[in-house]
Amino acid sequence: MSADLIIVLTAVLVAVPCALLGTLLVLRQMAMMGDAISHAVLPGIVLAFFISESLGSLTSLIGAGIFGLLTAVLVETLRNTGRVKEDSSIGIVFTALFALGVFLVSKFARDVHLDLNHVLYGEIAFAPLNSLIVGGQDLGPRSLWTLGIVTALAVGMVLLLYKELKIATFDPGLAAAVGLSPVFVHYLLMGAVSVTTVGAFDSVGAILVVAFLIVPPATAYLLTERLWTMMSLAVLLGAGSACVGYYLAAVLDVAIAGMMAVVAGGFFVLALLISPSRGLVADLLRQHRNRRSFARDLLVSKLAGLGERANEEELVRHLSWESSDFSRVLRDAMHSGLVLRPATQEVALTDKGREAACNTAVTCV
Amino acid sequence: MVDLLNDLLFDYTIRNVALGAAVLGVVGGVLGSFAILRRQGLFGDALAHATLPGVCVAFILSGAKSPAVLLSGAALSAGLGALLILTVVNRTRIKQDAALGIVLSVFFGAGTVLLTYIGRSGSGDQSGLDRFIFGQAATIVRDDVVTMGILAALALLVVALLFKEFKLLSFDPAFAASLGFPVARLNVLLTLLIVVAVIVGIQAVGVVLMAAMLIIPAAAARQWTDGLGAMVVISSLFGAFSGVSGALISATGANLPTGPLIVLCATALLVLSLFLGRSRGFLWGWIGSRQNRREALRSSDPSIPYGGGA
Repeated sequence: MSADLIIVLTAVLVAVPCALLGTLLVLRQMAMMGDAISHAVLPGIVLAFFISESLGSLTSLIGAGIFGLLTAVLVETLRNTGRVKEDSSIGIVFTALFALGVFLVSKFARDVHLDLNHVLYGEIAFAPLNSLIVGGQDLGPRSLWTLGIVTALAVGMVLLLYKELKIATFDPGLAAAVGLSPVFVHYLLMGAVSVTTVGAFDSVGAILVVAFLIVPPATAYLLTERLWTMMSLAVLLGAGSACVGYYLAAVLDVAIAGMMAVVAGGFFVLALLISPSRGLVADLLRQHRNRRSFARDLLVSKLAGLGERANEEELVRHLSWESSDFSRVLRDAMHSGLVLRPATQEVALTDKGREAACNTAVTCV
Repeated sequence: MVDLLNDLLFDYTIRNVALGAAVLGVVGGVLGSFAILRRQGLFGDALAHATLPGVCVAFILSGAKSPAVLLSGAALSAGLGALLILTVVNRTRIKQDAALGIVLSVFFGAGTVLLTYIGRSGSGDQSGLDRFIFGQAATIVRDDVVTMGILAALALLVVALLFKEFKLLSFDPAFAASLGFPVARLNVLLTLLIVVAVIVGIQAVGVVLMAAMLIIPAAAARQWTDGLGAMVVISSLFGAFSGVSGALISATGANLPTGPLIVLCATALLVLSLFLGRSRGFLWGWIGSRQNRREALRSSDPSIPYGGGA
């Protein structure tokens, strides 16, 4: 396998589980838990490093996994005391654990190879260099094995528990009523996020995990109303960001993981602007259309109230509009065939206008 | 201890670091109070990360590492990030948590891309820029403290002038709007003040731990009072205390990083406050329930018949 292919595959194997789990996080309004867990695993990695004296080993995966779950438990505990709000409790737990991690690194691991930059951004370019060797047999890049297992777990969980996850996300009350513990689903999801973060941090770093967890699902959320479509779109957008990001990073010779996050952000901005149902452009057009039709309706119903025919000046006075606004709306209404000008300075309803006035009026004779 | 106090007063480096940390603690504590009441605690996290591309662009354009230029760049990109978050939350159905995560990861990703670009183009080493990510309190010099002080004073002045408005906005934005206050603009202003706090602190404690200084002292202060004025004062004192004690502890030995120690001091204060806090503390709750239980046991003396007694 070429190095390029290994790097892109590694990134796609991060993007897929992140998209699936991130969709649930975004819908449950817990997106920042991804950020929190990906930072809070640092002390776990450091402690595991002290025990096993190597990075990326099974020990560090376990250490990080324990701290990921610990983060989720601490955030819940702190929130359940009722003395700290949810977002604050997330912020408190992960910054305190991260501070502990940085402290441990600086105090005890200064001389050894444990680079903070590496943990935060990872170095996906090294993915082809770390091979998994079992019994003297080179089994190929380790990142592909680790992330392949993570992806299989995430896909398996979503496929097997799709219905349960869906109910627990959209209607926790119903889920509890049919015997599906919301607490269990919460910790299942947090556990899955921890495993994914931990599996990914070594090759892509915390920041890209956060980007893949949140940005593609949020983009998909702007484009669809259905959970299944949202998950599929998020997977496609995540994998697309990985491929395009890698290509751009190679061409421009810049940070690969960062570029992938930037591309994911680019897709988001695109969807934000031009999503057919929820984009800002569609919103503006809709607003404009509504404003026009509302003004037209107002003009027509006022005219109907004045006996279906009126002097222009009188009509303007009744509407209390600026004369420039009035002539614009009048033009619009004439264009739509709702009113006509039987004489200069006179406005009258057409048959179509009468019908429209009838439709908008509260009472119609 | 006496040596430490001596150092605090006379050692140039330690005095600057402690002063800087104190300024950061005060401004973080004051703005953090509003932030956590408005459920914007994690804004500090996202906006601190969002400074990175601004720092890099400022460096690329100016070619200099003057703190004023870099901080202006940081402020601009964090401000842009803040407006983006508010726009996404107000104009789409995406909630605040996801909007924060998007700005955080995409801006920071862009920053790392620019960092590699700077490193490659050979326009000088990027080591000076790294301190924006992890913070290096030990490199704070007098000029930095002055800059931090001026920015903090400006932010605090705005808060003092608009205290009543911000208070209303934090507790009942709908009522504020009905009274005719420009709620949307006040909201933007208060969010941009968080940007100022981030700019003040980022060189000292770095991107991740800046978020802590906006949440932890305020959350600790919340345990002691129900009044906003008192909360702001206590929170700023807690922030300053964590800053100074973190700086002093890190001065006692080698390899003791200042930023994490400041945050760990603040966390210790929070844990203490959770247990001891006036009327809300766990400790008083336990003592109260023990007393109740004892009283209940005493009054349920089996020799007194049910419903009997006097």
